[in-house]
Amino acid sequence: MAFTIADLKKGEYGIIIDSSSEDIPLKLLEMGCLPENQVELLHLAPFGDPMYLNINGCHLAIRKETAALITIEKHSI
Amino acid sequence: MSKQINVALIGNPNTGKTSVFNALTGLNQKVGNYPGITVDKKEGICKLDRGLKAHILDLPGTYSLNASSLDENVVIELLLNKNDKDYPDIAVIVSDVENLKRNLLVFTQIKDLKIPTILVINMADRMKSRGISLDIDILEKELHTKVAIVSTRKNEGINHLKHLISNYKSISTTPCLDTSTIDQPYFDRLKTAFPNQELYKLWLVISQDANFGKMDRNAIDISEFKTKSKSELKKLQQKETIKRYQFINNVLKIGQKIDVSKATGLRERLDRVLTHKVWGYVIFFIILLTIFQAIYDWATVPMDFIDATFASLSSWVKETLPPGNLTDLLAEGVITGIGGIVIFIPQIAFLFLFISVLEESGYMSRVVFLMDKIMRRFGLSGKSVVPLISGTACAIPAIMATRNIENWKERLITILVTPFTTCSARLPVYLIIIALVIPEGRFLGLSYQALTLMLLYLIGFGMAVFSAYILNKILKNNRKSFFVIEMPSYKVPLFKNVALTVIEKTKTFVFEAGKIILAISVILWLLASNGPGAAFNDAEHILETKFSSINGTELENKIAAHKLEHSYLGIIGKSIEPAIKPLGYDWKIGIGLVASFAAREVFVSTLAIIYSVGNSYEGDENTLKNRMATEVHADGTKIFTLASGISLLLFYAFAMQCMGTLAIVKRETNSWKWPIIQLVGMSAIAYIVALIAFQFIN
Repeated sequence: MAFTIADLKKGEYGIIIDSSSEDIPLKLLEMGCLPENQVELLHLAPFGDPMYLNINGCHLAIRKETAALITIEKHSI
Repeated sequence: MSKQINVALIGNPNTGKTSVFNALTGLNQKVGNYPGITVDKKEGICKLDRGLKAHILDLPGTYSLNASSLDENVVIELLLNKNDKDYPDIAVIVSDVENLKRNLLVFTQIKDLKIPTILVINMADRMKSRGISLDIDILEKELHTKVAIVSTRKNEGINHLKHLISNYKSISTTPCLDTSTIDQPYFDRLKTAFPNQELYKLWLVISQDANFGKMDRNAIDISEFKTKSKSELKKLQQKETIKRYQFINNVLKIGQKIDVSKATGLRERLDRVLTHKVWGYVIFFIILLTIFQAIYDWATVPMDFIDATFASLSSWVKETLPPGNLTDLLAEGVITGIGGIVIFIPQIAFLFLFISVLEESGYMSRVVFLMDKIMRRFGLSGKSVVPLISGTACAIPAIMATRNIENWKERLITILVTPFTTCSARLPVYLIIIALVIPEGRFLGLSYQALTLMLLYLIGFGMAVFSAYILNKILKNNRKSFFVIEMPSYKVPLFKNVALTVIEKTKTFVFEAGKIILAISVILWLLASNGPGAAFNDAEHILETKFSSINGTELENKIAAHKLEHSYLGIIGKSIEPAIKPLGYDWKIGIGLVASFAAREVFVSTLAIIYSVGNSYEGDENTLKNRMATEVHADGTKIFTLASGISLLLFYAFAMQCMGTLAIVKRETNSWKWPIIQLVGMSAIAYIVALIAFQFIN
């Protein structure tokens, strides 16, 4: 089974494989959420959602349900 | 030579675009509106070399030319319309040195529209601490542009930027990306169909129409190319974005070096505390308390001063000018009315000061991050926190601040419930009623009166959240919710930016609210000093005969009261008295209520006018309070009792009494449906709650 950003734990990072799902807003892609870019989970908000990410040097937060649409290849540090 | 060139400032949010704008224009700026929409239009004038002048337009922040909000759409509308009087001779793209890669996306798009473009790399003072070094020559060559390295914080690089703008004619318009490579067959067809049009512009028109149907660009008929489905268009936009990033990556690979080991971890250290599951909330709570402390304690010093000044101005006018209708209008109508507006300035200014500091520093995004999950339970978004806090100053800017909420349902609910938060216009009403009916005394060291005020704030927030919860159950959601928020790096706010924001917002509030309050004050005064028939016009004669035993001040007061009762205003009040009697109000309060439906803050000045018209007392608030305390019903019982006071407080807490808010809701939701629902719903809640409270306590 493929991993998604929602599976990341704090401090873990991965490489985006696919972010072409219909439900991913274009704005997120424009902020660098594109295949081959690195994504790192910096913080989780209280109650585990939203997720504070560093995608390709860009710091942003998205909700878990959106994060679950972006598949990644997981790497450990 | 006095040629003026048009400069458009464009860039991502949080890049310090407004700082650059402020640095270029100084106080030579004004804020207006784009016609028909409530997006702020900031423009200013900047003097350049050789007597050249630049008209600078600060466009709303945008991540790309694919608009997803009204604000972003303004940018595209302008850039696609060469006939617009503001169409730029040159575009200045402001980027932030830490996020150059992402900032360059919109840069490449604007380059491809063949508009001469300058790249500003702002926040250059942070390069060293982030371990970033740039090769400007390579960047200029690869991006076909001129680069200005700027630090608005240290005021460096602005002159160089001005110099570059002056020489705008020498700037290349070579595009960054060959549009047709996005999808060769599709764009070839497009090119054949419209040989005279810029390909990228065509593409933007097509892809924008998918998002924003209502645009009128009659020059180009693209109907036959609309056949592409929305998902196909999105795939192409995604492809375009990937291609642009490939280009940007190749440029930055040779033009930018980042030595991560030199980067300092301020963001990481602050985030660890500020987004902590305990400390994060504690800090947020302390900040909120500080804001309220400032608004309701520190602001009282200048407010008392303003109050006293206007009271003495009013009596000065009355004593100095020759007595007559005009003097009365000036002293009792106009000056009292203006005083009622000016008194809000300290509170509004404090609130905007805090909000602008929180936004500028980057902290507000952390609050959004912290609150999102909790707010979502009530059908709101983390981004609803900002409007709900701003709502404590004024619901109008608060409702405009909902624009960055992506999900329509969450945004609508935020718009609908924001007017429940206790705005500063309710404050004077609360203060005078509390002083009248809540006994003095302390509970755990806190005065009953202060506790009541705090309780009213909590009731306001509670009602906002509760009604959001109900609305969330009622309203249907037909769109997937999504939420993206940039977490900007922490910055010490620039004094100039904060000061300009505070001045600007306060000014807008004073003039917008001022117009309404002033107009209503004058109308009220006219209605109160005129009346039909003998009961009003022969009041002196009637009462002199009736009370032949008294004279002097006592008689004068009797005459004044009789006149007011039979004036047009009195007739209006009397006619609604049956409806408000169950809430514990008399017709004088009724007049206050009617006037308040235009704007709540009118209540106190209305009562001041009602109680001061034609009488010999001074009209300052303390006297007004004493007069209110002595008001009695026909049967001799007091009007302002604990029961009627609480009932009145609750009525003001919930009722939708603000024309300005209704107008802005109509604009933002683009229909009369929602403001009408708000007006009827909130007023019904107010009436019922006030009724229950009065009947219960009484």
